[in-house]
Amino acid sequence: MFSLASVATMSACIFLFGIFFCVVENFQHMVREMEKSVAVTVFFDEGLSQEQIDAIGVQIKARPEVSDAVFVTADEAWDEYKEIYFEEAPELAEGFEDDNPLANEAHYEIYLTDVESQDDLVTWLESVEGIRRINESAQVADILTNFNLLVGYISVAVILLLLCVSVFLISNTVTIGIAVRREEIAIMKLIGATNGFVKAPFVVEGIMIGLIGASIPLGLLYFLYTKLVSFMGDKFNILTGLLQFLPVSEMFRILLPTGLALGVGIGFFGSFFTIRKHLRV
Amino acid sequence: MIDLINVKKAYDTGVQALNGVTLHIERGEFVFIVGDSGSGKSTLIKLLLKELDPSSGAIKVNGVNLNKMKPRDIPKYRRKLGVVFQDFRLLKDRNVYENVAFAQRVVITPTKRIRKNVPKMLSLVGLAEKYKAYPKELSGGEQQRVALARALVNQPNILLADEPTGNLDPTNSKEIMRLLETINERGTTVLVVTHNQEIVDEMKKRVITMQKGVIIRDERKAGYTQHAD
Repeated sequence: MFSLASVATMSACIFLFGIFFCVVENFQHMVREMEKSVAVTVFFDEGLSQEQIDAIGVQIKARPEVSDAVFVTADEAWDEYKEIYFEEAPELAEGFEDDNPLANEAHYEIYLTDVESQDDLVTWLESVEGIRRINESAQVADILTNFNLLVGYISVAVILLLLCVSVFLISNTVTIGIAVRREEIAIMKLIGATNGFVKAPFVVEGIMIGLIGASIPLGLLYFLYTKLVSFMGDKFNILTGLLQFLPVSEMFRILLPTGLALGVGIGFFGSFFTIRKHLRV
Repeated sequence: MIDLINVKKAYDTGVQALNGVTLHIERGEFVFIVGDSGSGKSTLIKLLLKELDPSSGAIKVNGVNLNKMKPRDIPKYRRKLGVVFQDFRLLKDRNVYENVAFAQRVVITPTKRIRKNVPKMLSLVGLAEKYKAYPKELSGGEQQRVALARALVNQPNILLADEPTGNLDPTNSKEIMRLLETINERGTTVLVVTHNQEIVDEMKKRVITMQKGVIIRDERKAGYTQHAD
């Protein structure tokens, strides 16, 4: 009876943990995706030769913060500009055909490995000879970094809280189990049972509670997550560019072993330390 | 086999349960320990079971000094002792067979051997046909016989019995004592703590009388009181 209650509460805890884990993982996945589009743009001093620009490009690409750097020539920049601003009236742009107004706007678009490293990169870029201007999306970077940190802190706090509750519950179950089987334990000890023999059933019980308590919510989460991803894909495909969910297989490749290890770990440590405390055998 | 040298035991409450007990019991002996309540008989059994440690003095069993025994060696030591209590201490949720088999499982005996040993032991105590019965379905005497079978199934060389007839009528008491005598005749040293004057007088074994934590009488082929023999 007490074991059932423990399994139920453990299931609830692992279920909450799973939900939280899915949220955090998906958020981080989205952040990673967004980070890919956050770029720093550098423009060069007037009159800088292509060789000098290329040399700076090599230095930029060698930086650890940089995942990719794309060179955009002045003509490409103008084409892009035209596409965006003269789409409705391309004839207006024709007047600039022989005189590219963005002649000095050749630039590198730099993509970061990690949005947090943007400040370091910008500081370094400022010290590089030949760079005229640096455009950075500092606000986006800051927001992402801060939000990422906040989610990280909250997740650690919630997971710690859930861990404490689960350990307490297992400990309670084992304590009750010891009280119920006190006579049996006393007989065992008098007959010559080793400490391990007396402790083993309680530790096994704790591990089983952890294992069953983790398997049920993980199965449920698998079902719900699969449904949610396909539901969001079907009904809200307008948001798919913004909300990029981690695929089920990728999510459960981490969540399944983590959840099971958590359940078994809580079961083992909760029961092991409780029986050590209550049974001086 | 069992040696106590000037053993004293004082509880935390201040009660002096044993006050300098010196005793030697030979292998294969049958010994009664008698005395009033509070004379120190049960404390003596607990010391021999290594449930308690003496305040001073030395206890040697099977040549091993219990004072120097490490906690991890206690289970191995206890496997050489059989023990029965006044209240039988059977597992109520298991049948006769399982209660006896339990003692073998505790010492990790292979199932094949358990299946062979348990019926043999139940035959010895006369309960072979009741192996499926649960403790509540048995009389007091039968329950004590199950406890005896459990105590003996691991073939201990010493059997400690703490008031084994305390909850039994005279007929069952005699039955249990007859069994203990049979066990003793097979070579097991038997130490019985009892209040049962009639049985002690009848069996004419070695009798150690305790009073206020000391041995006041130790006689062979004796009765409960000095005048009985």
